[in-house]
Amino acid sequence: MSEPPLGHLLDAGLLGEPVAAAREGTAEYVLEAIDLHKRYGHNDVLRGVTFGVHRGDVKAVLGPSGSGKSTMLRCLALLEPIDAGEVRLEGRRIGVRESGGRLVSLPERVLAKERSEIGMVFQRFNLFPHLTALGNVMIGLTEVRGRSKSEAREIAQTMIARVGLAERASFYLGELSGGQQQRVAIARALVMNPKVMLFDEPTSALDPELVGEVLAVMEELAREGMTMVVVTHEVGFAKRVADRVIMMDAGAIIEDAPPAEFFGNPQHERTRKFLEAVH
Amino acid sequence: MDFKPSVFFEALTSPAFIDGVRITITLTVVAMAFGLALGLLVALLRASPWAPLRAVAWGYIWVFRAIPALVWLLFVWDALPQLVPAFKGDWFSAFAAATIALAMNEAAYAAEVFRGGLLSIDEGQRLAARALGMPPSKVFTKVIAPQLIRVTIPPLSNDFITMLKLTSLASVISLQELLARTQTLVASTFRFVEYFSAAAIYYLVLVSIFMVIQAQLERRFVWISQHTAGTSALSRVRQLAALR
Repeated sequence: MSEPPLGHLLDAGLLGEPVAAAREGTAEYVLEAIDLHKRYGHNDVLRGVTFGVHRGDVKAVLGPSGSGKSTMLRCLALLEPIDAGEVRLEGRRIGVRESGGRLVSLPERVLAKERSEIGMVFQRFNLFPHLTALGNVMIGLTEVRGRSKSEAREIAQTMIARVGLAERASFYLGELSGGQQQRVAIARALVMNPKVMLFDEPTSALDPELVGEVLAVMEELAREGMTMVVVTHEVGFAKRVADRVIMMDAGAIIEDAPPAEFFGNPQHERTRKFLEAVH
Repeated sequence: MDFKPSVFFEALTSPAFIDGVRITITLTVVAMAFGLALGLLVALLRASPWAPLRAVAWGYIWVFRAIPALVWLLFVWDALPQLVPAFKGDWFSAFAAATIALAMNEAAYAAEVFRGGLLSIDEGQRLAARALGMPPSKVFTKVIAPQLIRVTIPPLSNDFITMLKLTSLASVISLQELLARTQTLVASTFRFVEYFSAAAIYYLVLVSIFMVIQAQLERRFVWISQHTAGTSALSRVRQLAALR
């Protein structure tokens, strides 16, 4: 990981933070989940999830549907409040504050600020249909970062070119393929200069022939040193790109290992069964 | 057949008639504007996480959809000043009463339209906006509202046309709108056919003009780019189909 994240954009003065600031985090992990618990009614969706992601690392998350992968990502992105545990971003606890010895959820307005530090890419893209591809990438800069329209346009154009869609910048989402939409969604998250990118099954809603173009953009990001957590069913991607692979089952992490070990010699019976099933 | 074209055309162009049309249009627009604002508020209350607020909104819709507009109009004009002394002042004109009554009536229907519109917007839209770091106010104004406007234009246009016609009820509280003027002229000439026909023509023209405005408004909310807009009609239709 020799290249700083998005180095060329930073060099061009297009993104706000200097490279040094982004690299000088003292925390061991960029993003850390400590004993996360989440329950919906009587259903324990997360029962004590703990893991951390080092700067520049890619963590792939595998597991059967209903194992809590998506819920975990939403909790990490502060889109769902957790019932117990901690989410730490660069060592700092986020999403809650202490009040009289008790932890309370931060008000939505403050949560919003913290969320803008974390990039999120959804399975179903969730692009805004009333905006062009460029407009989708610009909106975070103008409405969250307070950039001027012209500044935002310049940065967004660079970012949309990076995901290979410069010629499609003025298209609305009905005029883009699923793969193109997902690349715009990646650009929309990336342009905020997040400390970590979370991907929630980013290729599951795509036709098979469109999966490759999205994975290629993600691999490129990983090569440039972006810290990423990727919930995926793409075993090939996990093998090639991930630094560590996590297996989730019934709301808990049952295996957390480098890909060679994870796929070559899984320790847990459930992991072995799952890998047999997806192969 | 007793129809005098000259009387008919005289009615169409008479200043009294045109003044009535002016009041009809003004009342429609003002009552609709207040009705939509109140309706949006009621719809947002109905989506509130706090049960008492939801109950208030539900109650409002229940009451104002049940009471006939004419009954409510007469209540506001005749009964309200007895109940609340503030409404005894000179400011409380027939126009003010009609505006209050029709706006409150419209709000109950608009609230349901807005509620349906809010439900039709994919939850992923709000999620993506929040994930970007938008505070709640911007999630609504920058992401939800544009999509809400798009889906509510057709049903609210219906409401607008209904409102235009409901304004004729205000003739019973002596507001000199189009129907009241027509009745005055009829009473002095007994030319029913010509005057009521002229009034009908005016309503027809007003609704037609509005339909043109509605079509243009809907076109503004078709989200396709110049690239596609310039191409054949068929591909345009395909794009529209893809967007729905």
